[in-house]
Amino acid sequence: MTAFLALLGRELRLALRHGGDSFGALLFFFVAGALFPLAIGPAPATLARIAPGIVWVCALLAALLPLDRLFGADYEDGSLDQVLLSGLPASLVALAKAVSHWLVTGVPLLLAAFPLAVMLQLPAPALPALVGGLAMGTAVLSLLGTACAAIVLGARRGGVLLPVLVLPLTTPVLIFGAAAADAASAGLPVRPHLLLLGAYLAACLPLCPVAAGAALRAAAD
Amino acid sequence: MRLTVSSVSAFRGDRLVLDRISFAVPAGGALLLLGPNGAGKSTLLRALAGLKRLDAGEIRFDGETDFAGRAAYLGHQDAIKPGLTAAENLAFIARISGRPAKAGLAALDLSRLADLPARMLSAGQKRRLALARLVVSGAPLWLLDEPTLGVDAASVHAFGQILAAHRAEGGAVVAATHLPLPLPDAAELALGEAAP
Repeated sequence: MTAFLALLGRELRLALRHGGDSFGALLFFFVAGALFPLAIGPAPATLARIAPGIVWVCALLAALLPLDRLFGADYEDGSLDQVLLSGLPASLVALAKAVSHWLVTGVPLLLAAFPLAVMLQLPAPALPALVGGLAMGTAVLSLLGTACAAIVLGARRGGVLLPVLVLPLTTPVLIFGAAAADAASAGLPVRPHLLLLGAYLAACLPLCPVAAGAALRAAAD
Repeated sequence: MRLTVSSVSAFRGDRLVLDRISFAVPAGGALLLLGPNGAGKSTLLRALAGLKRLDAGEIRFDGETDFAGRAAYLGHQDAIKPGLTAAENLAFIARISGRPAKAGLAALDLSRLADLPARMLSAGQKRRLALARLVVSGAPLWLLDEPTLGVDAASVHAFGQILAAHRAEGGAVVAATHLPLPLPDAAELALGEAAP
């Protein structure tokens, strides 16, 4: 437990020192979201209809940005070897990375989703459903992203491969997350969608770190 | 405490770099790996650390095959984060081992640079910081790959005293180097050019 917290603390400290990475993801989220009204037209009825989808797609894409460097820097400078030798199981190393990715990228995106959704004319009653879904969705994305980032580690052009690997796996999240916000704006029950999202998170929580840990071991080999 | 390696073989890609290697290092012992480039010295060290999977054979430390957390490995890369200060770079290993990072910095005469970001250190100072991590780790088995590369003569001398103290406490050292290393009465193992 000490080793896990020590690693998490180190990751967060590094993220704070190199704040540009997570801030870049946040800016990308805003800029990408702001492009839609320009392309589609600013009619409030149209925007309100597609706002949940826009927020969700932009959040997924923004959370992808820092994944490339999640293990890449540690792999190149030898830190990954040191962390794997610390006695902490490789799967817990991966879990610490996923938690730090969520805290550094997921949580800021969650907060930034409020202003973006309001800007896109999302009806106020749909906001809690959107953000509640995003809270679980970004956590799933951090877990899946960590596993895929570990898998492409050491591969040439891994940065290109990564989105191709991660995005198809996140389709359930996108479908149920956007559906929850849609249901809320239509006055329908939100619970089933959020429960399905929770189920996906519950499946990813144990599976992704194990897969990522095995991939890290293979990459160090 | 004893490191026993029995007929270890390992492939790197399609090439058999380690072919039935056997040796033992007792407590307080030291082993120097010798051989030309490509002879498998680094591969053997990574195998001893548990980073490289073995294709045959067995490595036991105190009779156990799984000794994660009891070996400290220093590879070609220093594993220093440029954004953290020298002291912060050692904080992770210090929290795990429970030993103070300050002692490691002092042992390699880095105390003055403790609060300097590591990106401002020279290559040799970074290497010394990586050596300081060994001291802080408190691991009984040290695996060193070219440990003194780029390190000045005074620091090599200081490192020699650190190695002697580590061995006096019953620690073991396995090192690969082409440079003279202050490891008196170390056993030597010559790794030949393996079959292609």
